[in-house]
Amino acid sequence: MCDVTRTSEEGSPGVPGDARERPGEERLAELLAFLRRRVTGEYEVDEFGFDPELNDKVLLELLRPFYRHWFRVETSGLQNIPAESGALVVANHSGTLPVDALMLQVALHDEAHRPVRLLGADLVYQLPVLAHLARKNGHTLACPEDADRLLRKGELVGVFPEGFKGVGKPFSDRYKLQRFGRGGFAASAIRAGVPIIPCAIVGAEEIYPKVGDVPALARLLGLPYLPITPFFPWLGPLGLVPLPSKWLIEFGEPIMTDHYDPIDADDPMLVFNLTDQVRETIQSRVDALRLRRGPAFPSFF
Amino acid sequence: MTHTVLVTGVSRHIGARVASALAAEPGVGRVIGVDTVPPPSAARDGGCHAGRTEFVRVDLRSPDIAQVIAAADVDVVVHVSLMSGSSRSRSAAKEHNVIGTMQLLGACQRSTTVRRVVVRSTTAVYGSAPNDPAVFTEDGEPVEAPPSGYAKDAGDVEGYVRGLARRRPDVVTSTLRFADFMGPGVDTPLTRYFTQPVPPTVLGFDPRLQFVHEDDGVEVLRRMALEDHPGTFNVAGDGVLLLSQCLRRAGRFSLPVPSPLFRLLGEAARAAGRVDFSPEQLALMCHGRVVDCGRLVRELGWQPKFGTAAAFEDFLRSRGGSGGLTAALADRLSDFAPGRPAPYKDEQ
Repeated sequence: MCDVTRTSEEGSPGVPGDARERPGEERLAELLAFLRRRVTGEYEVDEFGFDPELNDKVLLELLRPFYRHWFRVETSGLQNIPAESGALVVANHSGTLPVDALMLQVALHDEAHRPVRLLGADLVYQLPVLAHLARKNGHTLACPEDADRLLRKGELVGVFPEGFKGVGKPFSDRYKLQRFGRGGFAASAIRAGVPIIPCAIVGAEEIYPKVGDVPALARLLGLPYLPITPFFPWLGPLGLVPLPSKWLIEFGEPIMTDHYDPIDADDPMLVFNLTDQVRETIQSRVDALRLRRGPAFPSFF
Repeated sequence: MTHTVLVTGVSRHIGARVASALAAEPGVGRVIGVDTVPPPSAARDGGCHAGRTEFVRVDLRSPDIAQVIAAADVDVVVHVSLMSGSSRSRSAAKEHNVIGTMQLLGACQRSTTVRRVVVRSTTAVYGSAPNDPAVFTEDGEPVEAPPSGYAKDAGDVEGYVRGLARRRPDVVTSTLRFADFMGPGVDTPLTRYFTQPVPPTVLGFDPRLQFVHEDDGVEVLRRMALEDHPGTFNVAGDGVLLLSQCLRRAGRFSLPVPSPLFRLLGEAARAAGRVDFSPEQLALMCHGRVVDCGRLVRELGWQPKFGTAAAFEDFLRSRGGSGGLTAALADRLSDFAPGRPAPYKDEQ
């Protein structure tokens, strides 16, 4: 995966004399080779439809300016991400639109050098274009079968247990974690014996402050909510530009599950307790991180 | 003890190949091939259905099949005649699939000699829906069972096989859920789709597809016929191809059309007798389907020789080259570039 980013350095032959004029030529040759692979279909996708090359060279490339310059994301606790083995990253969800999922993906890909396989809502997989883009990005439907399969394969799986309750909560409830579903993620982690990495994301709450909702129209469109922000729908498409809040993403100490028996995944009390433990950990880290960040926007804003 | 094997559906490609593969086995005494139509001339199939196969023309929907089984003391039944109903009408195909299987399995249940029954099914029984798990295993229940068509027939057929297994526990039953066949001799709606000049695709969808090479399909059926492997198994080549990837590898430009129009085009193509596009094919073209073959590999201790990509490659080679226009265009473009393109390194 990460070798894709390295190709440019590896590809340059050890001819120091050419060093000045080569990069441009080489980049062009590389671009053409890339185009050729794309138009002839000579690339691999995994059984979930993940296309690492497209993800790195095209999709993430579009997100990187947002990650670096718009939200100025700072990460910490990257040492808690295992280098190779499977793990389940559990994060808080917010922001009206799931931009936090995209930024988490950039953070883990570029800084921890691991593609994250997010488990998404049904709604995503029912929409044309988006469903297949999500699959090419490495993500899949949030269901126990897929989660177990990815974790067994040693993948880094990411999940937002709050779901729509989290991402669509009103601005007044910001940084208050919602209920963590039925704890399916905890059961999956126990079954696979992989560590749970609590992840706190601060900054996503302010990108689209949801101050109102049009439930009737949302129902009509089959959406979980139809947000009203100070800028949307008043400014039209311009209202879709996220506000440039300052972001912090922290990966906490792994919560081990390998001392449980896989059978314990069927014990609801144990699963609920583990779910609560993860939720409280994330809430406390979110609170601490929010204090550390200070105001979301520079003072002149 | 030598086996007497009954193979159904020998007038079509896979059935004929299975029959001749079994006829070549030293442990097999007789191979009786049955079908509703006589096999096509030997030249078309490269003579592979010939050999020692004895052909008996039987309409599977009639009770005559019981007499064939009783008269020849058949001990292994390989039922590969399930068909997607490409040329005939839907109701005829359904009758052939469902009533034919009922008659055949009914005869097996009565028989005192039948010891092993191998039935060809399809991964289409899992359906194709957006809220299914990404990879199906044999135990997985589809969220929505296919409501009609070929997939429903296959589901019904599997139900009858389970019924037989329950009533005759001494008979070993194996159900094989095959992914779409691909290979030089395969002629299905899907292979015809890929040979269209400009194949239409559904706008906004890029399904994951899986193929099984005909050689591997025949090998699995051969092994299942000769050894006891009770249960249900998925059969597909390793790996996955996206539809867009298939079309690019075939060097074809595709025409993305919105799904209602895609359906209309399918109907028109069917009316013109060019390709057969059923509703389940539309679902496949939208959501795709991938199955896990771990159980088969563990059971047989054998892996299909062709992965999905290799099977498709072999199919393309047989139909006159891959790559085509797009690859040539890309090559021309690289010629203008001063540097040599560095090969893409993929450690996986």
